[in-house]
Amino acid sequence: MNDVLDTAWVLVALPLAGALLLLTWGKESDRFGHWIGTAASAASFVWGVVLFVALAGRDAGDRSVTTNLFTWFDAGRVRVDMALTYDQLSALFVLLITGVGTLIHVYSIGYMADDPRRRRFFAFLNLFVASMLTLVLAADYLVLFLGWEGVGLASYLLIGFWQHKPSAAAAAQKAFVMNRVGDLGMVIAIALMLAHLGTTDIDRVATGVPALSQGVVTALGLLLLLGACGKSAQVPLQAWLLDAMEGPTPVSALIHAATMVTAGVYLIVRSSAIFDASETARLAVVAVGLVTLLVGAAIGCAKDDIKKALAGSTMSQIGYMTLAAGLGPAGYAFAIFHLVTHGFFKANMFLGAGSVMHGTGDDVDMRHYGALRTAMPITFFTFAAGYLAIIGFPGLSGFWSKDKIIETAFGFNVWVGLGTLLGAGVTAFYMTRLMVMTFLGRKRWRDGVHPHESPAVMTVPLVVLAALSVLGGVMLLGHWITDWLAPVVGEAHHEELPVPAIVLTLLVLVVVVAGVALAWATYGRREVAADAPADREVGWWTRAARHELYGNAVNDALVVRPTGQLVRGVTAFDRQVVAGAVGGLAGLFRDASQGLGRLQTGFVRSYALVLFAGAAALAAALLAVTIA
Amino acid sequence: MTEYLGLSMLLFTIGAAGVLVRRNAIVVFMCVELMLNAANLALVSFSRQHGELDGQLAAFFVMVVAAAEVVVGLAIIVSIYRTRRSTSVDDASLLKA
Repeated sequence: MNDVLDTAWVLVALPLAGALLLLTWGKESDRFGHWIGTAASAASFVWGVVLFVALAGRDAGDRSVTTNLFTWFDAGRVRVDMALTYDQLSALFVLLITGVGTLIHVYSIGYMADDPRRRRFFAFLNLFVASMLTLVLAADYLVLFLGWEGVGLASYLLIGFWQHKPSAAAAAQKAFVMNRVGDLGMVIAIALMLAHLGTTDIDRVATGVPALSQGVVTALGLLLLLGACGKSAQVPLQAWLLDAMEGPTPVSALIHAATMVTAGVYLIVRSSAIFDASETARLAVVAVGLVTLLVGAAIGCAKDDIKKALAGSTMSQIGYMTLAAGLGPAGYAFAIFHLVTHGFFKANMFLGAGSVMHGTGDDVDMRHYGALRTAMPITFFTFAAGYLAIIGFPGLSGFWSKDKIIETAFGFNVWVGLGTLLGAGVTAFYMTRLMVMTFLGRKRWRDGVHPHESPAVMTVPLVVLAALSVLGGVMLLGHWITDWLAPVVGEAHHEELPVPAIVLTLLVLVVVVAGVALAWATYGRREVAADAPADREVGWWTRAARHELYGNAVNDALVVRPTGQLVRGVTAFDRQVVAGAVGGLAGLFRDASQGLGRLQTGFVRSYALVLFAGAAALAAALLAVTIA
Repeated sequence: MTEYLGLSMLLFTIGAAGVLVRRNAIVVFMCVELMLNAANLALVSFSRQHGELDGQLAAFFVMVVAAAEVVVGLAIIVSIYRTRRSTSVDDASLLKA
């Protein structure tokens, strides 16, 4: 027990303690509360690095340490341990969550400086970090679910952080409810595990999978996929992510881009034993990933709100990861690789967008930007690094990670490969559009807006994340990441590619260049209108993408309205039948008592008359009995 | 014997009719007393007829109770008169549904 790796609980305990401290400490901690939050996250990161070094120093076969903290509950056959597993996969996640998390904490010190509820904001951020670490360290699906719900709660609290805005409150509720649909899948999956395997321990479930029938395994896979769809904003549960941009921008960066929304991908990779055993479930994962990556990219093309464009992009990139995770052992490592690099460059770009908003008086409409590169040079250069990384500029992190996924997708199926290739082109298009509209071209600033560079506390995290976006690709050097993750997710079998890998890489580059060129021709060479063209002036494809491919309308028609009808029906039944019966009975007694009450006239003489009449009747009856 | 019982019935009937038709609370009260005493007369008559004292004993009880009743009843009537300036029993009809 003297092993340093047994102390993984410290990672969770630090931010959790920070959150509790900040939530319970009174107003006097307003002055330094944000430093406590940042310190808790930073300490967790430092501890994560210590553990990572310790883990890397071990033999490859000895790199998974499970610590049982205590028995959570023990009921008959069911026994759930509060156990944490620190292995190669969770180690990477711990570094990503605490590293990016700490940078975003630092950034938030500047971004939220004028908010009177800043201390609470940091408490929620810490709560999120603690929950997310629980999620990735859990050795049991039920403990994982605890973290899963914890991040959902933190996400809800942070999306609706500006609760005075009705749109933010509505967005928070929407996110919560849609996540709940996915959570239902998780709950049923866990129940299935208990029913068929009698355990929810991740390792024991993995070893028990071969004994299960194909139907159960497929059901498990599809249910876990449903959970992943909810958390990771994959089709058909994608609609909440765009609305979630109502939250403060650091939240969008940390939760709705870099970490929480990738939890679904983590779940699939962590449950690799289940997905490996079911062809159908894997196919479903690939289909969901492919559809989402194209849908997200399409939405990203049409949004003028810089955060929503980035949110569409996030959906699309998570689609890539999900797709890669669905490709089986060949794709797991690349899914995680892309997840990590995406965490870097998307957090970078979201924070950059936040910096732009900070400088332009919280305007999110890209049509009001233009030519910001001179006004905010640091933001511009760091954003450019993220931009080049996401479109896959050769040498940058996104190039390596996306290229690998496209390659693996082609190895799986040509059509899936072509889909990912198309996605890469569209990504290049919308990111170039975003870049050009924001930083290049002519000034379209509104009156009274004087863009200025953000303070150092905000730009330093940007610079660090930009460096990581550029250099993230080193993880692939010498196949480090695939070798590192192999003990957790299994060895990759190299598929035969229809064309040599180098040709494929060139093909991707050609598509990306085409996307960039098209965007440049559309938005760079021509003047961008300062007001968005009305819906009827644009083509049907733009209109559809603007309306998020009618995702909300579909939800409305399929779920919201039928549910509303049902509720109205039940209410009517309750009001008329149930309440009618109760009210009718009460009314009956009320009327009866009123009728009887009329007998009570208040006139003493009438009472006396009744009394005499009664006595006379009694006497008559007695007389009759005596005579008879 | 019959005369006594006849008188008793007559008194009782007068009392009962008075209770039913008169409005003045004092008169109603006196009629109630009349009924009580009619009953007493009947009790005493039967007591005499049977040569036993039970009936007379009961008559004494009735007198005691009637005396107590008079105290309480008159107090109520005086109190009502003070607040309402009237002793009509029909005016005191607030206790209706």
